[in-house]
Amino acid sequence: MVRGNQAAIARALLALAILGALAACGGGAFAQRGLADVELFALPDTTAAPPSICGVTVSDVPDDAGDALVVEWDVTLGQDEILLFEILRYTAGEEAATIGTALAGDREYVDGDVEAGVPYQYVVRAVTAAGPVDSPESSACAPVAQWFASGRLPTLVVALLFSVAVMWFLQMARRGSELYIRKIPGLDAVDDAVGRATEMGRPVLYVPGIETVSEVGTLAALTILGHVAKRVAEHGTPLDVPCADPIVMTTAQEIVRQSYTEVGRLDSYDASRVKYLTYDQFGYTAGVDGMMVRDKPTAVFLLGTFYAESLIMAETGHSIGAIQIAGTKETSQLPFFVAACDYTLIGEEIFAASSYLSREPIMLGSLKGQDLAKLVLVVIILLAFAAGTIGLAVDPSGGSPFTAVYETLRSWFS
Amino acid sequence: MKRAVPLTITFLTAFFLVVSFFVPHEPFGRLEQRMLVWFAIVSGFTMLLGVDSLVRSHVRKIARRPAGWGHSVALIAGLVVTVVLGVIGFTRFGSPFHIQSPFMFVYTYSIVPLQGTMFALLAFFIASASYRAFRARNTVATLLLVSAVIVMLGRIPIGAAISHFFPAAQEWIMNYPQLAAKRGIQIGAALGAVSMSLRIMLGIERSYLS
Repeated sequence: MVRGNQAAIARALLALAILGALAACGGGAFAQRGLADVELFALPDTTAAPPSICGVTVSDVPDDAGDALVVEWDVTLGQDEILLFEILRYTAGEEAATIGTALAGDREYVDGDVEAGVPYQYVVRAVTAAGPVDSPESSACAPVAQWFASGRLPTLVVALLFSVAVMWFLQMARRGSELYIRKIPGLDAVDDAVGRATEMGRPVLYVPGIETVSEVGTLAALTILGHVAKRVAEHGTPLDVPCADPIVMTTAQEIVRQSYTEVGRLDSYDASRVKYLTYDQFGYTAGVDGMMVRDKPTAVFLLGTFYAESLIMAETGHSIGAIQIAGTKETSQLPFFVAACDYTLIGEEIFAASSYLSREPIMLGSLKGQDLAKLVLVVIILLAFAAGTIGLAVDPSGGSPFTAVYETLRSWFS
Repeated sequence: MKRAVPLTITFLTAFFLVVSFFVPHEPFGRLEQRMLVWFAIVSGFTMLLGVDSLVRSHVRKIARRPAGWGHSVALIAGLVVTVVLGVIGFTRFGSPFHIQSPFMFVYTYSIVPLQGTMFALLAFFIASASYRAFRARNTVATLLLVSAVIVMLGRIPIGAAISHFFPAAQEWIMNYPQLAAKRGIQIGAALGAVSMSLRIMLGIERSYLS
């Protein structure tokens, strides 16, 4: 070992001496040649041992539709020489074909273009400056389609428990049990906002966010729109609904029309007030701001999914003195709404709004089920926190049974 | 019957999508991707409905000539000119998105700067909203103000130059109290979303149906 170190030190000193001599002889020219020439000194040594690829294994990707295989390999010699890997695939009766490449540092490749039940064999080819080096053929492996994604078992269990809780409270509600729901000031203010708009003879502006109808936040906004439209129709106040998506517009038109019908004011319904502006984020923002500044609505509802445009709209609404009720599930936009609006529905409140406003016992029952699930989650979080903390205190190396409990809970919910 | 059919379609669609989440085997495995393709096709056609709504609304405004009707003229003219330039780009360059296409010229030199202008307004609105939010009216608002000042100072070089306390304190505020509150809201929102989805799936929530 000592002798080896001495030899290494001697080689390093020699290299330094050569570099010093080069710098002394033509340091300026050496510097001007730049990086490309310097890299010439770092060309791989082709006289060194060629790479040797071994241990090529193929395995099925678990929990999938049988449409992927994982190829893994190892390199024992000449790792520095490898420029990249080529992955070649063989199937019975077919020629070998290169199906992809992997970086020199990779030791795994996922082939996502395979058919379930068909056996495949692979060869990993290392591309080097001296030429390609092939691994031996792997053993054959056929991908298998799974009937159950076992990795999603915790999700299934939690979803089932949650559904049972909701159904149980729904049954309680059907039997006529009294269910207490805490007050949500933002939703209690809906009537006041619409009433004030009526008194002042100005329209109500309802902005259902900028996402498509497949987004759950937009769905929540559309369910609340039905309730707001009923109030508006009862008071005979104009309601403007600018939309950023044509499907949202069509759905919103139907919802508003139905609300006007239900309160017997279909004659007051004006489909042109529920209109499409543009799909462009800031074009839509400019359009909504323009409506606010021109029409000066007394009540502005900003409910749904919002991103960077949230504060631009909310501040414009604030500048015209409108009562603003906002709500979104986007936590990054909530502070903007809290700062600029009179009432903000935070997170789950926007999803509870429809049940809260309708006051139907069955709808309220689903809220109670949701609360129970939340309570269970809080208990689990506290348990995990206590187990993790006690586990570390008892055995910092992580060998405590408390740590095992913590790890189990973490793996289930992460 | 008018409600039973859409409710049945909603239930079956939601049910099979839930099943496909847990069962990767065909015919369920790629159901979500297939439905997303259908959704994309349907939404492509509904864009025509959107354009129809937009044009009708502004043509009506031009016909009635209320205050500001000139804006509607500009919008219709912009729409027509953009479509014409897109067609020219398609015929001359094979695609309206070709770099030399007049459509791309309009996009690069009109739409992008306009988008940038709207986005830039955010800076001014943040300033005015912060001014209101950070007024120390009570204990809670004062706590918010102090936290905000620490976070802002901790995230800029001058904060570290004043004291190493600011970067460390802002990191603690962002990683613990802020993140805890944010996750609490996110868990609540996720449960709320699942609960609402369940209501829609079971036909309890019907306000989206006419």
